[in-house]
Amino acid sequence: MKYREALRAALEEEMERDPAVCVIGEGIGERGGSYKVTEGLLARFGPNRVIDTPLSEAGFVGLGVGAAVVGQRPVVEMLFIDFLLLAMDQVINQAAKYRFMSGGEGRVPLVIRTQGGTGNSLAGQHSQSLEALYYHIPGLKVVMPATPRDAKGLLISAIRDDDPVIFIEHKQLYMTDGEVPEEPYLVPLGEAEIKRAGTDVTLVAWSHMVLKSLQAAEELAAEGISAEVIDLRSLVPMDMASVLDSVHRTGRLVIAQEAVKRGGVASDIAANVVEQAHDDLRAPIVRVAGKNTVIPFNLALEKAAVPQVADIVAGVRSVMGVAVPG
Amino acid sequence: MEANRTMTAVSAESLLAMYETAATIRRFEQSAIEQYRLGNIRGYLHPYLGEEGIATGSIAALEPDDYIVSTHRGHGHAIAKGHDPRRMMAELFGKETGYCRGRGGSMHVASRSVRNLGANGIVAGGLGIADGAALAIKQRGGSEVVVAFCSDGSSANGMWHESLNLAAIWDLPVIFVLENNQYAVSTPIRDSARIEHLSDRAAGYGMPGVTVDGNDPVLVYEAMQEPLRRARGGEGPSLIECMTFRHGGHHVNDPGTYLPADELERWKAHDPLIVLRERLATAGVDEAAIAEVDERVERVMEEAVEFATESANPSVDEFLAEVAS
Repeated sequence: MKYREALRAALEEEMERDPAVCVIGEGIGERGGSYKVTEGLLARFGPNRVIDTPLSEAGFVGLGVGAAVVGQRPVVEMLFIDFLLLAMDQVINQAAKYRFMSGGEGRVPLVIRTQGGTGNSLAGQHSQSLEALYYHIPGLKVVMPATPRDAKGLLISAIRDDDPVIFIEHKQLYMTDGEVPEEPYLVPLGEAEIKRAGTDVTLVAWSHMVLKSLQAAEELAAEGISAEVIDLRSLVPMDMASVLDSVHRTGRLVIAQEAVKRGGVASDIAANVVEQAHDDLRAPIVRVAGKNTVIPFNLALEKAAVPQVADIVAGVRSVMGVAVPG
Repeated sequence: MEANRTMTAVSAESLLAMYETAATIRRFEQSAIEQYRLGNIRGYLHPYLGEEGIATGSIAALEPDDYIVSTHRGHGHAIAKGHDPRRMMAELFGKETGYCRGRGGSMHVASRSVRNLGANGIVAGGLGIADGAALAIKQRGGSEVVVAFCSDGSSANGMWHESLNLAAIWDLPVIFVLENNQYAVSTPIRDSARIEHLSDRAAGYGMPGVTVDGNDPVLVYEAMQEPLRRARGGEGPSLIECMTFRHGGHHVNDPGTYLPADELERWKAHDPLIVLRERLATAGVDEAAIAEVDERVERVMEEAVEFATESANPSVDEFLAEVAS
């Protein structure tokens, strides 16, 4: 099943199960969304639950917050994570704070589905990896699935969660294929998965970087380096225990993120590992991350701006090279 | 503003209830300012003094299961919607017994029990929430209405535009009650808008808009009737612009020296409580009945301050445990 079909299956199952679930966004009805995730939902569930909006990003994110506060479970689709910036007050000042500021009484069971990342020559305002902005804000959960199986299971968990979830897809993943169980299942938020077991080095990634990290691990295996690839799947809550456990076994850590290096989630993971497991490390941590740049339009420049498989391989080699013999 | 008095079907009993609401708001704000000066309340406090007529008249027209979305100047909305002044005051004090357990404060009072979806520290920030609640009502086939309080200042914000437009295109059951106190902090509305009546903007969204004297709760109450009929009948939103004037600055520490003295005098002479007393006299309600209300309101405020004073602060340990994960 394709990633986008897995997302659609999650929406269909949840809308079937719970009449409070509805989807809201730009061109998601008749058009089925730019990436066809919501195709067919309008015909099946009707315009009362599949709501096409004008280009009023702050307005319809606020709409989602309000509907959620009174007990609906809206899934708001934001065509590009870059456009979610138009609704930052609604995300950060309203959705994220409502529960806390109401003394715990209020709930915002809202999912904002959006997508980011490079690869389509969409230039600076349609290619960003902005997860760190949301990761930084108390009150939000941040989910970034890499595979069709995780996409479906995590989206269902996000819809059932009582807090606002920023669910970030990657435009390079919609057409990827993968096994998806026939029977109902959930992937809980805050549970990382070892996508490939290894013994020499821990390679932590999320979203599209998981696929690149798995390719890198394959190449490294040919060189006799055994890399363990951990897919975080959700950044908030984050399964640090799995990362620490792996680092304890391998003694080396490489973190791969597409987002710019400065102030990114990789930096925070590195800090946490140093704080909590410094003595497990046999080599300095390496962050393989995007350049601190606006994403360029030209394809060669765009590729140079974000980590490629070769960069991850190089990052792993460097931590192996400087390793103190155990 | 010269009140445009009309014949009204509001009974003497309802008038007296409106008077009690307005007087409660007035005394709550006065008590809160006093407690602020004593150092018992910290942070920002935006008094509703002078604007009581709007919350009183508009909310008197609602059913208990209708919703409101409030603003940073929201104590009046909350009290009119049925919040307990004791827990309100406790929240302003930052106490555990407050509506937000001391975690929200004056600008974030909310309560599910009275269907107040919350005050808001961001001007125009709550209008999307109002639309969303209204969407939920529509999806469930309910007949409740959402009153979205907003201000002249908010009408300059993009969220105001987006929210009125979304409510209009989907026929959402929202009534936008714009409290035009004529100043956004210190900026007069004439410097922010080219039109005399902000309600004229309603036409641009395809919804009805009217301007009324916000200092006469009865006129506000009457202005609510047609929008309520429309909203409950699935005909969509309306905009009611209520003209009013603050009795002081933007917040408790703003002396409001930019408010023209003659204008302030004129509006103070047209105070909502004076208007209500006149209406009560016309309706034949005697002074003794009004005095009884005044005494009751005094007692409620004494109790509110006492409750807030005696309540415990939130536990720091409990807070730290909550945020440990």
